[in-house]
Amino acid sequence: MNLKSNLRIGVLGLQGAVKEHLDMLEGCGCNAVDVRKVGDLQGLDGLIIPGGESTTIGKLMERYGFDVEIKRRVGEGMAVFGTCAGLILLAKDIVGSSQARLGFMDIHVRRNAFGRQVESFEADLDIPAIGAEPFRAVFIRAPYIESVEPGVEVLARFDGKIVMAREGRFLVSAFHPELTRDKRIHEYFIEKVVSG
Amino acid sequence: MVEKGTWTVKKGLAEMLKGGVIMDVTTPEQAKIAEDAGAVAVMALERVPADIRAAGGVARMADPAIIEKIMDAVTIPVMAKVRIGHFVEAQILEALGIDYIDESEVLTPADESHHINKHAFKVPFVCGCRNLGEALRRIGEGAAMIRTKGEAGTGDVVEAVRHMRCVMDEIRRLQNMPEDELMAAAKEMAAPYELVKEVAKLGRLPVVNFAAGGIATPADAALMMQLGADGVFVGSGIFKSENPAARAKAIVEATAHYNDPDVLVKVSRGIGEAMRGIQAAGLTEAEKIQGRGW
Repeated sequence: MNLKSNLRIGVLGLQGAVKEHLDMLEGCGCNAVDVRKVGDLQGLDGLIIPGGESTTIGKLMERYGFDVEIKRRVGEGMAVFGTCAGLILLAKDIVGSSQARLGFMDIHVRRNAFGRQVESFEADLDIPAIGAEPFRAVFIRAPYIESVEPGVEVLARFDGKIVMAREGRFLVSAFHPELTRDKRIHEYFIEKVVSG
Repeated sequence: MVEKGTWTVKKGLAEMLKGGVIMDVTTPEQAKIAEDAGAVAVMALERVPADIRAAGGVARMADPAIIEKIMDAVTIPVMAKVRIGHFVEAQILEALGIDYIDESEVLTPADESHHINKHAFKVPFVCGCRNLGEALRRIGEGAAMIRTKGEAGTGDVVEAVRHMRCVMDEIRRLQNMPEDELMAAAKEMAAPYELVKEVAKLGRLPVVNFAAGGIATPADAALMMQLGADGVFVGSGIFKSENPAARAKAIVEATAHYNDPDVLVKVSRGIGEAMRGIQAAGLTEAEKIQGRGW
């Protein structure tokens, strides 16, 4: 069994809510790495792709070769967790968009699916995989997963829409656990997806 | 329970913009150029600040028809400006479904005494500041994001630097101050005491802080980031330059890699001429936009 303090988990630091994830990882007792250069991906056990603008992060990933290196590291067993924009970047299919992506998960995603900013919301979610206590989830111009292919495990829904899912070493959430103080989703990633 | 327009959700969108560039655009075509360059959001306007400055007259909220066309053209968030204190312009933009409202000194103020009560809205607001007191007054009124004012429409970064340094200096001063002196500090900077205490404890503003007003080159953007900005607004600097698409892309990359001189060399090379600009030091106090609002 891996000790958390030996785990190195990176947060892709090109744009978005990077610091919030780094703080959360440190709070979980991990070695948190701000990934700003391709070389920073070396030696990581897991990587978080944060919330931000998926078009911006996607373009910067391609321009600086992060996409190629992340795919190579995933081939070596690196786990990846995407929140909001990160969820979009992990999807194989983004409805109506040809934007840059990593495409690791067999999911069909719709961007800004709940509407514009005035429709952004907080809600209590039931996520049995992390325990019985509801999780206060923050959705900001959030996407949702329209459908999943076989092999993808649905972990949470809101209003019938899929908002959290896992496929092997990939985890995604449409909401922002890094904007709360509840560490359970980061712990799930560390204990079940990275170390699992 | 489902809640919309909460403080977490308003502040949260600004958190998602960090490390990014927000660009002023006046047409759907410009909005596409900005999005393709990697902008995290666009500011929909009828005229960029340099043209507002040149045109004179009263500058008001843009025509909703123009803003709607820009909203339809891109998938990234769209912001728009209202006059200081003009809460009805803000009601109109909220009803239009705008993602962020900039209560901006670039437009002609509608109220010289009162800024908008931004708590009354579900849509989040960004406001300008020249110093920490001004930032905390705006946050006290409900601004979920702050930008330093600089001097809009000049292409001269000197005022942006002045304002960012001032905010950062005052934060450091509060951090080092014994707790029993914070009330006097709050009185002196005319800022809400609770927010003064929070800044002293956090060592930063409680909301995201971008730089604005005069940023015209990739190096300007990286300078503001190294001085402590969370991201940058570029107004006239892109679409008043020789090659907007190349400059926009270069400023996006310089903002993301602001601490990497090798990247800054690469992106600064061969991107055409910057906007010509006006020296801010040559402006009279009456010509300066930054003094609007308090």
